[in-house]
Amino acid sequence: MSRRSIVPFGPQHPVLPEPIHLDLVLEDERVVEAIPSIGFVHRGLEKLVEKREYTEYVYVAERICGICSFQHGSGYCQAVEAIMNVEIPPRAEFLRTIWAELSRMHSHLLWLGLLADAFGFESLFMQCWRLRERVLDIFEMTTGGRVIFSVCKVGGVRRDISSDDMKRIITVLDTIVADLKDFERVFFDNNTVKSRLCGVGVLSKEKILELGAVGPVARGSGIKLDMRKLGYAAYDKIPQVEPIIETAGDCYARCLVRLRELYQSVEIIKAAASTMPEGEISVKVTGNPNGEFFSRVEQPRGEASYYVRGNGTKFLERFRVRTPTFANLGALLATLPGCDLADVPMLVLTIDPCISCTER
Amino acid sequence: MGFAEFTKTAVRNLFSKPATKNYPKVKKEFFENARGHVIFDETDCIYCSLCARKCPADAIKVDRNAKTWSIVRAGCVQCSNCVDACPKKCLSMGPEYTPVMTEKGCETYARVPDNTEDN
Ligand code: SF4
Ligand code: SF4
Repeated sequence: MSRRSIVPFGPQHPVLPEPIHLDLVLEDERVVEAIPSIGFVHRGLEKLVEKREYTEYVYVAERICGICSFQHGSGYCQAVEAIMNVEIPPRAEFLRTIWAELSRMHSHLLWLGLLADAFGFESLFMQCWRLRERVLDIFEMTTGGRVIFSVCKVGGVRRDISSDDMKRIITVLDTIVADLKDFERVFFDNNTVKSRLCGVGVLSKEKILELGAVGPVARGSGIKLDMRKLGYAAYDKIPQVEPIIETAGDCYARCLVRLRELYQSVEIIKAAASTMPEGEISVKVTGNPNGEFFSRVEQPRGEASYYVRGNGTKFLERFRVRTPTFANLGALLATLPGCDLADVPMLVLTIDPCISCTER
Repeated sequence: MGFAEFTKTAVRNLFSKPATKNYPKVKKEFFENARGHVIFDETDCIYCSLCARKCPADAIKVDRNAKTWSIVRAGCVQCSNCVDACPKKCLSMGPEYTPVMTEKGCETYARVPDNTEDN
C-alpha cells in the first residue's frame, strides 16, 4: 500500500471561486476520502428576518445568492403570500415565470462557461459568457438590475414588461439559440471534452435517491424531479415544462441536462410571452402574516425550499432556506472517493455548487 | 466524435468586431430605467423618515429637526424601496452607478442650500 497524503482543495481555488474546503486524502493520484468543511461565508441572513419588516425582507432574501436571486425572492414571496392567502394577479405569475426562466438561462450559461474553463477551454468559456451577457442586458432593461433584480414583492411584481420589450427579448433569445447551436457540439461531441466528462463521477439512480440529490444532478441520473411540475407561478399553464432527463448519471449527462434546459427555458419564455394575460401586476397586501408555510421552487441548481413562520406582527419569527447545493453536497462527497485528483474540479463543478447560498 | 466543432465559431470571431467596448473611449449606455443610484429632490421633502424606515440596508438617515436627509451611498443596495415608500415622490432612481469613491462617507442634503455638503 502506498503512503497517504492530504491535499487541501479550496476555499480559494482557481477552478472554483466558491469558498468550499475539501481535505482530499490521496493514495498516489487517487482520492480515497474527502473531508469537507464549509462556513466561510456565513452571513446570518436567516436571523435578519427578525429585524426587517416582512415586506422588506424580500430584498434581503434575494441577496442570499447572486445567481438564483430571483428565485430566492419569489420563493420567499410565495411562502408569505400563502400564509396571508394573497392571490397574485395572473400577469404577475407569468412575469415571475419569465424572469425565473431567464435566471435559469443565465445560470446555466455561466455554468457551461465555468465547465469549459475547468477543462481548459478558455475561448469556449468566453463564448458562453458572451451569450450570458445578452441575458444580463435583458435583465437590466426589464428589471433595472443585472444580477439582483428587486422586482418581486409580496403581492406580485414591481415592474411590467411591455409588449415591445417582450418582442425584443424574444429576438435576443433567438440570437442566443442560434449562437449556442454553433458551438454546442463542442460540449457533447468533442473527443477531448468527452474524455474529461464521460464516465466520470457516475451516480446511479438508487444512490441519488439515497442521498437526496436534487436538480440537474438528479435529472442526470434519470430521476424525474422538477419542482416546476408543482405548478407554482404560471408553470401550470405552460405545457413545455417537462423534466429533462439523461440516464448515464456521469458528468457528461449532467452537462447535457443543463444544455438542453437552456433550450427548454427559451421555449417556456416564448410560450409564457404568447399566453400572458393583460392586467394588474400586483395586489395591495394588508395585515401581517400569521402562520407557517413551506414553499418550494426549482432553482437552476435544483429544488430550494423556504420555511416561513409569522406571528401576526410585521416581523417574521423564523425563516429557513434549504438550498439545492446543500442537498447536492452529499452527492458530491459520494463521487469523490476513488476518483483521480485531476477530476476533482470537474466533479465539484458538475453539482454546480453555490456555497454562499448554502451558508446564507 | 469529432474534433473541429469550434472552428466555425473561431473563424467567425476572427473576422467579427470585438464583443467588448473600447472603454473609456466608448461609454456603456445604461438602460433608461436601470437602478443605479438614488436621487433626492429636497423641494417637497417633509422629513417624515418613511424612506429611512423602509430601507432594508439602513442607508438613509433623516433628521426631522435639523431638516437633513443623508444617505450612505456605499451602503445602499439600489432596491428602490425608498422610492416606492416616499409619500411626496421626492426620491427617484438614476440609471448610472454611484461614482467610485475613496471614502465610505455619508452624503448629507440640508434644507438651507448654503449648507449643502454635496460630495
Ligand atoms: S419619505 Fe420622502 S418625504 Fe419622507 S423623509 Fe423620505 S424623502 Fe422626505
Ligand atoms: S434604494 Fe434601497 S437600499 Fe438604497 S437607500 Fe433606497 S431603500 Fe435603501
